[in-house]
Amino acid sequence: MSEAILDIKGLKTYFPVKKKGETLFVKAVDGVDLTIKKGEVMGLVGESGSGKSTIAYTVMGMYQPTAGEIIFQGQNIATASSKRPLSLKKDLQIVFQDPGSSLNGQQNIRQILELPLRVHKIVSKSEMEKKIVELLKTVELPAYYMYKTPWAVGGGERQMVSIARALASNPKFIILDEPTSALDVSIQAKIINMLMKLQHEQELTYLFITHDLSLMRNIATRVAIMYLGKVCEIADTGEFFKNPLHPYTQMLLSSIPVISEEEERLKPAKVVSTGEIPSPVNVPPGCSFHLRCPQRMDICSKMDPVMQEAAPGHYVRCHACQKA
Amino acid sequence: MMEANLKTNTNELSVPSASARFRESFRKNWYKFSRNKLSIIGLIVVLAVIILAILAPYVTPYPKHAGKFVDYDNANLAPCAQYLLGTDIIGRDILTRIIFSFRGALLMAVVVLAISVPIGVFLGLIAGYFKGSLIDTIIMRITDIFLAVPPLLLALAIAAVLEPNLTNSMIAVTVMWWPWYTRMVYGMASSYRNEYFVIGADLIGASRFHILFREILPNCLSPIFTKMALDVGWVILIGASLSFVGLGEQPPTPALGQMVSDGSRYMPDSWWMTIFPALAIIVIILGFNLLGDGIRDMLAKGEKGNE
Repeated sequence: MSEAILDIKGLKTYFPVKKKGETLFVKAVDGVDLTIKKGEVMGLVGESGSGKSTIAYTVMGMYQPTAGEIIFQGQNIATASSKRPLSLKKDLQIVFQDPGSSLNGQQNIRQILELPLRVHKIVSKSEMEKKIVELLKTVELPAYYMYKTPWAVGGGERQMVSIARALASNPKFIILDEPTSALDVSIQAKIINMLMKLQHEQELTYLFITHDLSLMRNIATRVAIMYLGKVCEIADTGEFFKNPLHPYTQMLLSSIPVISEEEERLKPAKVVSTGEIPSPVNVPPGCSFHLRCPQRMDICSKMDPVMQEAAPGHYVRCHACQKA
Repeated sequence: MMEANLKTNTNELSVPSASARFRESFRKNWYKFSRNKLSIIGLIVVLAVIILAILAPYVTPYPKHAGKFVDYDNANLAPCAQYLLGTDIIGRDILTRIIFSFRGALLMAVVVLAISVPIGVFLGLIAGYFKGSLIDTIIMRITDIFLAVPPLLLALAIAAVLEPNLTNSMIAVTVMWWPWYTRMVYGMASSYRNEYFVIGADLIGASRFHILFREILPNCLSPIFTKMALDVGWVILIGASLSFVGLGEQPPTPALGQMVSDGSRYMPDSWWMTIFPALAIIVIILGFNLLGDGIRDMLAKGEKGNE
């Protein structure tokens, strides 16, 4: 349980943008350290543009990291996907947000599920059909869906197919990039339950990317908050919701809409959310959050805080919290 | 009511057999194709032209008139019962010669497209998938050079340099035809390569070959087939233009352009020598255009329900 499966060290992913002749950089991921242990569900939460998907795509090899290391099962994999060995692609899979564009509309579900089975030689040709039926069964889809195309099934079912495809190569680690945010609320619950069941049965490790904090409360073992390409706070889920330290976390938690007095009391005192996330091209000096921070101090605009352990397993990157 | 429901459900739950799937997809495609009645007209015209061309020696009234034949007694006759579309200046039946000239026209269209489409599509896929690389630059600049020259002019130049006959006119048209497919597929491939289903296949570990030909190509097929059906008409027109100026099929073998050109000297008195071959060109092109529209409707994907 305690062995690290993925260890991200000082990861930076910059994208060059040309503006009036000079080259600027979008600092999508700007020095992230994150360790994910075997069998855990790591929730990665942040606003749009905070760089959470970029971390996922860099880990998957879709982007070449600018700096830093990605250690997966003891091996540094900080390269583009074309240079990665096949065995690595087998162990590391991703489920994208939009099942409409992540499945080829010109193939039927059988062809879609056949690809990972064939590439990684999971089963022989004669057992292919049996395995595909089995995979469909795992995601609670009937066997006759095999010859339907993704266009012919519903959005939730399409996402089930993407999940089945990710599972086909028996991976150890799956990145879920907002797997439910494009779906109906009624289907979301079904997919989440299924993902959790699969995680338990197949001893998977998830990196669950979302902007839904209340969802994380129910399923994540640990939660990390991202802001402008940097991680602000990481803690075990219980500690995270009971004792949020970073002003940004408090702001996010206090902005979850609730319907009862009872729930209201569980939330931290109301912190008014002001402003918007700044552009990752012009990251403010010092702490990137200081422009919106209610507990701003002089030092915040001058020095970038470093990650420190505030309580066992509870890391936070904030001047105000460290003083306390 | 309840029983009926149960029955359909059990039928649906079983995996359909290969022949049932084929019948089902045929039925759906035919439905989408036949929704527009004009497509059916196009299909009928095209089938008629193809059948006439294949069976030309058996269906034409005077098969001998397609070759070396002279009959000055019946020369320059207006349409009548014996010669439905009249005769030309040396007494050959115009109808027979039109039907025989379908053979060369269709052969040219088939050969030109069969060679230029695979080449054009392949180059477009490669250049589009490796967009931004050296290979993209090389392929697309060469394509641009070909596209910059007016197509008929290029074909004329090539056909004029080579000995004038059907084979060389086919070579000339093929050389000017592939860049259009390269350009079209390039645009599609370079946008599909950033789609999540292509990235996903790469992350699964699929080979380049699989990504190019199994993921990207199937998504490009619908525009390719539509363009091919439309292009049959255009290739025939270009072929007719070449034979009009004497660079295509050589006499005595009939060709539509050559007949129009020969007959035009006797306009307007012997109008049938020019008008009927010209009408034949129009009907063929129209037929293939209507068929192309039908194929486009049939292959349209997405919300229109391509299952």
